[in-house]
Amino acid sequence: MLIVKNLEKSFGKTKVLKNINLEINEKERIVIIGPSGCGKSTLLRCINQIEKPTKGKVLFEGIPLDDKKTDINKIRIKMGMVFQQFNLFPHLKVIDNIILAPVKLKLMSKEDAIKKGKKLLNQIGLAEKINNYPKELSGGQQQRVAIIRALMLDPDLLLFDEPTSALDPEMKQEVLELMKDLGKSGLTMIVVTHEMQFAKEFATRVIFIDEGKIIEEGTPDDLFNHPKSLRLKEFLDNIK
Amino acid sequence: MNLLDNLYKTLIYDNRYLFFLEGIKNTIIIAFFAGIIGVIIGIIVALIKNYHEKTNKLKTLNFLASCYVNIIRGTPTILQLMIIYYVIFASVEINIVVVGILAFGINSGAYVSEIIRAGINSIDKGQIEAGSSLGLNYPKIMRYIIMPQAIKNILPALGNEFITLVKETSVGAYIGIIELTKASDIVASRTYEYFFPLIIAAIIYLIITLSLSKLIKIMERKLNNVNS
Ligand SMILES: Nc1ncnc2c1ncn2[C@@H]1O[C@H](COP(=O)(O)OP(=O)(O)OP(=O)(O)O)[C@@H](O)[C@H]1O
Ligand SMILES: [Mg+2]
Repeated sequence: MLIVKNLEKSFGKTKVLKNINLEINEKERIVIIGPSGCGKSTLLRCINQIEKPTKGKVLFEGIPLDDKKTDINKIRIKMGMVFQQFNLFPHLKVIDNIILAPVKLKLMSKEDAIKKGKKLLNQIGLAEKINNYPKELSGGQQQRVAIIRALMLDPDLLLFDEPTSALDPEMKQEVLELMKDLGKSGLTMIVVTHEMQFAKEFATRVIFIDEGKIIEEGTPDDLFNHPKSLRLKEFLDNIK
Repeated sequence: MNLLDNLYKTLIYDNRYLFFLEGIKNTIIIAFFAGIIGVIIGIIVALIKNYHEKTNKLKTLNFLASCYVNIIRGTPTILQLMIIYYVIFASVEINIVVVGILAFGINSGAYVSEIIRAGINSIDKGQIEAGSSLGLNYPKIMRYIIMPQAIKNILPALGNEFITLVKETSVGAYIGIIELTKASDIVASRTYEYFFPLIIAAIIYLIITLSLSKLIKIMERKLNNVNS
């Protein structure tokens, strides 16, 4: 579903990503871990082309994303993203946040979008917040609304960049639970996180990145219980 | 009474108040239409520059837009007015008030574009990224996400720019537009007395600009009450 080939990204002279190769299949749940500043966010942002890769290719469902003929906005409908800071639209009510894209992209009528939005909000227990503004919600609620906003477009792949890092511990859980539910429903996901316990339970594959390179990848058991590289061992020791 | 005498001489005698009315009319007409032109130019220039910053496209247009802003901001208004009147429209029969509207509109557009750009840039870039990640294109992101938030910062600054514009129209006197300042000058040249005509002009300017300030304050309060 997603192929990343020899991806490189530099900001000015500093190479942030070096020769990244990845192949992700449907229904996989990938967790990316690594020390701060190693390039995890940059990798996700290169995958959905918010950041233009310096070199290499990203193919999504067989389509090369850097191709001039590719309409990246069409691709992004199928490849959602959830941000650390939620990035809800503060001037719009919860319902208007989540129906904005499907309605303005003419993928759904407003009535259908509202119906679908209500149904999804109901499933996560936020039905009564429908007419509230984002700032009237807790962080955990905001992030869950942001996830619903991405789900409204029925993405094939959802990227998460540290979705719980801005949350208090008691709110992390509600977001992580929702993500686990999504995983169970068969959604393909790539998640950057520092929540190692979650990674162990959730991931089908874990990728460890350091200094812009993939150092190790494998099952959670491989990486967490039998780390091969010194760097991963150090990393795991440090976060304990 | 000296004061009444002077007021009579300045306003009533020979229907001199008509000069002031003509001046007020032209000042308001020029400021109003130049303001509209300025906002239109300003939006276009701001969007060209912002789009270029975000995507690195529209290189030529962006270059032209930058030249325009730099030239307008880097040269005196009075010189721009003279160039437009004496050079560009030198051989064309054209109403001088229209020249004023165009000149001040073009001038104001540069400042307005910077105001709008600052307004757009004041919005967290996560908003644009969130919009992009949902498959929305640049125009839709601007229209539905950025502008509704930026307008809060833009409108008050735009109001201030308009107040500046009202005062700046006085420069039009230089090419012979009978706006408020010129009007008071004409009256003074008839009464051989400057104090009263100029004070009256000043009071009229103050009434206009203070009313505008008041309006901006009300607008600011309204905008801040809007939820977000
Ligand atoms: N727009 C940018 N301009 C210049 N340098 C950048 C930019 N974005 C990221 N970097 C640099 O690239 C490196 C990788 O950043 P990135 O945000 O991908 O790290 P990360 O692994 O997500 O870290 P964290 O865990 O702290 O989120 C960092 O050194 C960062 O300073
Ligand atoms: Mg990051």
